[in-house]
Amino acid sequence: MTSPSNVAAGCAAPDQSAPLPAGVDLEKETVITGVVRNGDGEAVGGAYVRLLDASGEFTAEVVSSPEGVFRFFAAPGSWTLRALSRSGNGDLTVDAARGINEVAISVAAA
Amino acid sequence: MSRDTALVSADWAEKNLETPGVVFVEVDEDTTAYDGGHIPGAIKLDWKKDLQDPVRRDFVNQEQFSALLSGRGISNDDTVVLYGGNNNWFAAYAYWYFKLYGHGDVKLLDGGRKKWELDARPYAKDVPSRAKTSYQASAPDLSIRAFRDEVVQSIGVKNLVDVRSPDEYAGRLLAPAHLPQEQSQRAGHIPTAISVPWSKAANEDGTFKSNDELSKIYGEAGLDGGKDTIAYCRIGERSSHTWFVLKELLGQQNVKNYDGSWTEYGSLIGVPIALGDEPGKA
Repeated sequence: MTSPSNVAAGCAAPDQSAPLPAGVDLEKETVITGVVRNGDGEAVGGAYVRLLDASGEFTAEVVSSPEGVFRFFAAPGSWTLRALSRSGNGDLTVDAARGINEVAISVAAA
Repeated sequence: MSRDTALVSADWAEKNLETPGVVFVEVDEDTTAYDGGHIPGAIKLDWKKDLQDPVRRDFVNQEQFSALLSGRGISNDDTVVLYGGNNNWFAAYAYWYFKLYGHGDVKLLDGGRKKWELDARPYAKDVPSRAKTSYQASAPDLSIRAFRDEVVQSIGVKNLVDVRSPDEYAGRLLAPAHLPQEQSQRAGHIPTAISVPWSKAANEDGTFKSNDELSKIYGEAGLDGGKDTIAYCRIGERSSHTWFVLKELLGQQNVKNYDGSWTEYGSLIGVPIALGDEPGKA
């Protein structure tokens, strides 16, 4: 396997609103993607979205795009998404399968 | 080095934005965040363009580091306060570079960009201009940098701390889950390495846990205080975060960061690899 040129060599989050990189093979990848919204249904950009594994352990974190979009490359199984933002926080559990898994997270002030 | 000298709070930072001799530096791989708004007065360093050698697989050398900081207007006697995204991963990596090249006073902003954002503190978009300086980096302090041969010889001898996520450690994922999983190297971990994900050291808002909590976490994970320690991750930035915790916050002696990390080790011919959730045998 080779790394496609549009995949960052490091660990910084790629542009969350960009289309999936051409080299991503959806037969193999488990993509969890979605939008962060506030109580009024408005997209929340700049939210910190973290992916926790089935035991609650932190796995990765990205910042949502100005359109509120985020994306993870995970593995099939149960995951928890947690969003932190100026507009408040929110949680969601997802059972991910291979391919694209679309979700929506609502955040609200505690 | 201790918590009081290595770390500053967001409150301290906001009160010292205009203090002479204090330079705020945002460090990231993706610098679009800086361009969209940064801590007022802060300059930026691009982890890849500024801090990596453009040809060799290595980071900038002593001369390149001197030229970089001279051009950005940082003096040897400035107090440099580093911060960034990704829970300060790249800021911690840069902190390690500043220490490696002998900078006198360098600090990390606790919580980095995330804490600043969640606190709804102010941003600026204007880029400050700073007069050029004649920065002189010291020869690299290799007491804080581990290379692959030392790592292989340390199996079963020193503390090896794998700070990647549990699934990367076990070999179930090859990269952090916000990146596609294509990689050219084998999966797994260095035999006898304990698994302490970097995130154990941080609170949800990106700030570091207390020293009491940190000591407990590494002690319970099996870190032997009587042995030297080498931390590693995938490319050396998350392990800089843990190196910072062990060396600068907890004050342990003889802690090295293996910046070659799994991308190098997992591509070496003939070295041992352990799979699964247990450290494995030497």
